[in-house]
Order: sequence, then C-alpha cells, then structure tokens
Amino acid sequence: MRYLVAIVAMLGILFGVAPAAQAEDTLNVPVFSYRTGPFSGSGIPFADGIRDYLTMLNQRDGGIGGAKVLVEECETGYDTKKGIECYEAVKAKNPLVYTPLSTGITLALIPHAAVDKVPVLSMAYGLTASAIGDTFPWIFNPPDTYWDTNSAIVQYIAGQEGGLDKLKGKTIGFMYLDAPYGKEPIPLLEQLGKTYGYTLKLYPVAATEMQNQSSQWLNVRRDKPDWMILAGWGAMHPTALKEAAKVNYPMDHFIANYWVNDEDARSAGDQAKGFKELAWHAVGTGFPAFQDIQRLVIDKGLSKTPAGEPGTVLYNHGVYNAMLIAEAVRGGQKLSGKKMVTGEDVRRGFEAIDLTADRFKELGLAGFAEPLKLSCADHNGHGRLFVQSWDGAKWVRVSEPAKPMTDVVQPLIEAAAKDYLEKNTAWPKRTEACDKPS
Amino acid sequence: MFYREAGQFKTSYAADMAIFPLLQDRIGIGVILFLAFVGIPAFGGSFFLGAVMVPFLVFALATVGLNLLTGYTGLLSLGTGGLMGVGAYTCYKLTIWFPEVNLIVWLFASGLSSAALGVLFGLPSLRIKGFYLVVATLAAQFFLQWCFSRVGWLYNYNVSGAIEVPVRTLLSIPITGPNATPVARYYVVLSIVAVLTLLASNLVHGRVGRAWMAVRDMDIAAELIGIRLMPTKLLAFSMSSFVCGVAGALMVFLWYGSAEPDVFSIDLSFIILFMVIIGGQGSLIGSFLGAALIQVLPVALRAIPAALGAPIAAATVEHITFMVLGALIILFLIVEPLGLARLWQTAKQKLRVWPFPY
Repeated sequence: MRYLVAIVAMLGILFGVAPAAQAEDTLNVPVFSYRTGPFSGSGIPFADGIRDYLTMLNQRDGGIGGAKVLVEECETGYDTKKGIECYEAVKAKNPLVYTPLSTGITLALIPHAAVDKVPVLSMAYGLTASAIGDTFPWIFNPPDTYWDTNSAIVQYIAGQEGGLDKLKGKTIGFMYLDAPYGKEPIPLLEQLGKTYGYTLKLYPVAATEMQNQSSQWLNVRRDKPDWMILAGWGAMHPTALKEAAKVNYPMDHFIANYWVNDEDARSAGDQAKGFKELAWHAVGTGFPAFQDIQRLVIDKGLSKTPAGEPGTVLYNHGVYNAMLIAEAVRGGQKLSGKKMVTGEDVRRGFEAIDLTADRFKELGLAGFAEPLKLSCADHNGHGRLFVQSWDGAKWVRVSEPAKPMTDVVQPLIEAAAKDYLEKNTAWPKRTEACDKPS
Repeated sequence: MFYREAGQFKTSYAADMAIFPLLQDRIGIGVILFLAFVGIPAFGGSFFLGAVMVPFLVFALATVGLNLLTGYTGLLSLGTGGLMGVGAYTCYKLTIWFPEVNLIVWLFASGLSSAALGVLFGLPSLRIKGFYLVVATLAAQFFLQWCFSRVGWLYNYNVSGAIEVPVRTLLSIPITGPNATPVARYYVVLSIVAVLTLLASNLVHGRVGRAWMAVRDMDIAAELIGIRLMPTKLLAFSMSSFVCGVAGALMVFLWYGSAEPDVFSIDLSFIILFMVIIGGQGSLIGSFLGAALIQVLPVALRAIPAALGAPIAAATVEHITFMVLGALIILFLIVEPLGLARLWQTAKQKLRVWPFPY
C-alpha cells in the first residue's frame, strides 16, 4: 500500500507538470548551466557570471526596465540529451532567450527557435553560419564566430612571424575537443592554410580522453609544429597545458581561443608562463558593475560565487553574456514599448544592440570590452580581438585589439549559410521585419 | 483471486501458443495499450510526452533489442550504442537521398543495415563466449564510433560533424523537426515500439526463441538436440541489431533532432546493458521496467523539488538524483537480483493466491 501511495505521488508530480506559476511581472531568463560532470570546471564560473550580473540588476535597478528578472538554472552537464530535456522543461514557461552554453545543444535548438519564437544567444560559440541574420533570424552568436577567432589567431601568428607571407612552409597544429564545438574551425584553418601555405596538423581529443592526452602530445613532439592552437573545454585545458610543459613545447607559441580560464592556466604551475589566449573583453574586477556585483550580490550572500572567481576569464564571459541579454531585453522594451517583453521583442532587441564605448560606460563597464554592433543582416559583429598572455598569476595583454580577417571569413560564412539552406530544404525564409536603427 | 487461470481451458494448439493465454493478461495488455494510446496523450503535458515518454520508449525499444541477444541468447554485447548509431546514420542518409519516401519506411529500413552490421560483428560469437565476446563487440563499438566522427560521407561533410534531422511528415503532419508536436512524435514512437515489441514477443515465444534459450542455457546440449549454432546465434545478432538500429533512428529523428557522434558512445551501450540487467534478462516487460527505472526516474526525481517549490539549486538536484538513483539500483538488485521482471512475476504469483497465501 505504501508503495502504491509513493507511485501515485510520483505520477502526480509527473503529470502535474505545471509547477509553481510564474509571477506576472518577471522576465524569465533560463540559464542552461553545467555545474556537474567533466566540464563543470568551465561551466561553473560561466554560470556564476551570468547569474550574478542578472541578480545584481534585480538588486540595483529592480530588474530590467522595472521588471524583475527570474534567473532559473537548468543543469545540462554539457550533455545534449539533458539540454533537450531542459529545453522541453522551460519551453512552457515563456522564456525570453536560450543560452545553451554548449555548441551541441545550440545545434539542437536552432531549428526550434523560429517555431517557438524564442531567440538563441550562443555567445562566441555555436554554429558559425548563424552569423547571417537573413538565414538565421533567431540565432545570435556575437561578438565573434569561431572562424573569426581562428583567423585572428592565424593573423596574430603571422604578425609574430613577420607577415602573412612568412606563414609559408610553417606548420600549425590544431588541438581540439572532438565534438561539434572543436570541429567548427577546421574548414577555416584548412582554407587559410591553402591561401597562406602553412601545413595544418590536427590533434583531436575525444571527450572521454580529455585527461589523457599523452598520445596526442607525443605526436606533437614528433611533428614539431611551429605554433599550436587549442580549442578545448573543461578538464581538457589543464591537461593540455601540463602535457605541453611535459614535452617542452614552447608556451609562447601555444595559443587558445578565449575559453581557457585562470584556474586552468594556474593548475599547470610556472610552466604555463607565456601561454596565450585570445580575448575580446578585459579580465579583473576593476569596473563599477563588478563592484556592484560584489556589494549587492556576493557580500549579501545571494550567490555562491567563491572569492577570487569574479574577474577570471570565464566569469567575465558570463557577465558579458548576461550583459548582452540585458541589453537585448532593454532594446526589446524600447522597440515594443512594453515592460513585459516576449521572445519576439527580445529578438528585435538583439538586432538593435549597439554597444559603444559610451554605452559601456553607462553600464558601469567602461573599457570592459570591445564595441559591438549587431544588425538584421549581421548577427555576430565580428568584433575586435586581442591576445593576452599568462604570466603565472594573471593575464597580461600582449597585442592591440584588431579586427579578424573579415574579408576572408565573411564569404566563407555566407557560403556556409547557403550550404545549410541547401541541406535543410524546408528551412523557413526570414519573415521577421527589420527595425530601423534608432 | 485476481489472477487465476482456473477454468480457462485451451482447446486448440493456437490457443496454447497464444502470446497472452490468460484472460487477465489480455485485459491487462488492453488496459496498458489503452492508457498508452489514449490516456497518456490526453492527460500528459507536452513536457511529459516529449521529455519523459518519448525517451522512455526509445530506450525501452533498445533494451528489448539487446535483451533478445543478451537475455534470450546469452551473448553479451557492448556494441549497442554503435549499432543504434548505424540505424540513425542510415536513416539520415536514406531520407536525404530519397526525401519523398515516407520516413516510417526508412526508420524500418535503417534497422536492416544495422542488422547486417550486427551479423558481421556477431561472427566472432561462433568461437568465443562471455567476456571475450564482450571485448569483440567493444571493438565494434569503438570502430563504429570512429566512423561516425571520421567518415565525412556519413554526416554529409557537415562542418560540426553532427547530423541534423530534416523535416518529414506523415499524412501531412510533421513528425520530425521543430514543428513536430510531442503528441505526434509520441504516437509515431509508440506505434513503432508496440509493433516491434509484438514482433519480439512472437519471436521469443516461438521456435526461434526456444532455440535461442536452448543456446543460452547450454550451447553444446542445444547443438546435440539439433539446433544449428551458427544460424541461431547470427539470427539473434541480426534481430537484436535490427531492433537497436530502429531505436537509434527513432532516438535521433523523433527525440534529439540532431546528433553528434558522442551520442552513440560506449556510455549508451552501458546504459542499455544496465537497463537489461536491472529490468531482468530474458524478459520483455523487464526491458520496459529497466528503461523506466534508469531513464524516467531521474527525470521524475529532478522534477520533484521544482514541483514542490523547494529552492534547491539545479546542480544540487543533479547530485541528489545521482545518489538516489544509485542507491535505488543497489536496493533493487539486493531485493531481487534477477531484475524488476522477477519482482513483477512474484507480484503476479502473490495476486494469484491472494487472499489465501500458502
């Protein structure tokens, strides 16, 4: 009998899927986070950044445009299966935007965005082709695509070697997580290799082998690439750095995209000195908005963010991500004239994003990041990127912000978007009207 | 009292060979089918159908598939994930080549290619058994997964290496892609699972199934009474792979919507093997119970704090779910090492003599 009661109770919970009704005046921003599993090392600071910034807006300004933000996390474990479950769970709760924090989940959500009328923000990750707003009106991936990123790395390498023509005959190794995320840049790197005459060596690391990269690094030792590019995630980063140190790979010739966190570099100890990564925003907490987060959120115990985490690369990624969402919601409120915006309004808000240096100053983030302007056609911005180097304790800027090789990348992205249309025959044409820039 | 066969006489061979010889069983299966086809779609929400029932049915089908091999024929396999992938990739290639053919046709056709590969990788089973066979099928798993991520032709040279499911309709209702409602997807999955389970049930209750079980119990004895081992074992591999292949195609087309090679990793093989073990080897109802315990229970556990409005962080819920599920699995295996199906049998036996147990 007791079992029967338990089973009935379980079924009741399952069927009564409408959990606590949402309050009328909250903006629902679901966050697909991963605080468990092998990628949690990267997932936790990112999720903390998003949560803290939005909580800070609630505390300081009473939300966005007078409406409180409801930040609800859903644990995905960086697993597409659980990501889809999260999507099904929040779909009915009127979400304003999806931030999957995973390229695999982004790929699964892309077709749903237009049907559900909820935009997807895949900040600097996801499908590169979704930068084309005419094809993907509901998907946004500012401030740079992976192709921009890797073109910027090649550009930086060329700068160090003394010009693009000096790349001829060089060998560049690309070590990547063997998942949609890591594979995304390969066509671009191959294309650039053809143009500039460098040889590309690929070193895939399977997600199950993240913490055991000795075979890949043996190959690196044999191939002796002049430069190494890293596209890793989670536990792959510290392992790659340690293994690189073990085979005595010169750290100053080892460049990552922008996903290596301070903790990852620190765990490799002194040997990680000189390791480089790309960035589009500053590290550190020297901005008024960060001080507000400290004062209004962390000091008040509204967040579990450990001391020392704010200001790290990935935490600041999270803050930047949340700031984009807040800007899009604000833009949507302005364009629609409503306080309680919908996903459709937020989509318009994203297309109207224009983050100038002045706007950053108003947000309390003066000098935090490179300017960013999105439009109906351009959902990415292809913003400026710079290189920072790990000095053993912190990141130091070692190059001036520069535009990625947009002239090379843009035609490739357009071709990729066209290719996507060809493969997905019933892909809907863009019907969403375009707002005039205000 | 409720479950007594007294007075139900079998007067023909057909009646004796029926899948459900007892009236109570026929009523029971009727109620289950009625609930599944009418009750659940009528009362289940979109989340329940899309995120609970569809995954449950897909896993149940894959478990039925592996059970044909492991439970009924006694051949252990860790290649399930790879073979499900074969089904999914075949279905993807076929529906891209021939978009005008109904997807249902390709869902079944994809099982055929998976069956062919299953037979190929089943060949070692003629000489090796037990753990050695596990290693051979493990090789199949790794080889297939390697193909999914390295052979560009399989995923049409997609940049991200993932396959994306195109929109397909059945009677002009979309059943895949973003416009497919959970109800539509649920009905397609449920119908296919019901048909294939019926097929599996017929197989295991007939001559083929008896031959499988004879091989499982002692293959030398089976050979001596005239069962040819090679066709029997390979048939088990092909049927099992067929069902798993269809399950894999269903998983990608009607549940995920897109798939990366990692989906078909060794983890998937393990999960399905656990479902077989916990559900009960050599039992079809056990396959469903095992899938329910491993797939549905975590979803239900995750939903409990939210439904009660408890302010528990998502990550904590995840950790608790892991612990509770692990404890439950151990508990079930201690209480009944032969799996949930055995519990179900015991319950039936109790019902038979209730209220006068002896």
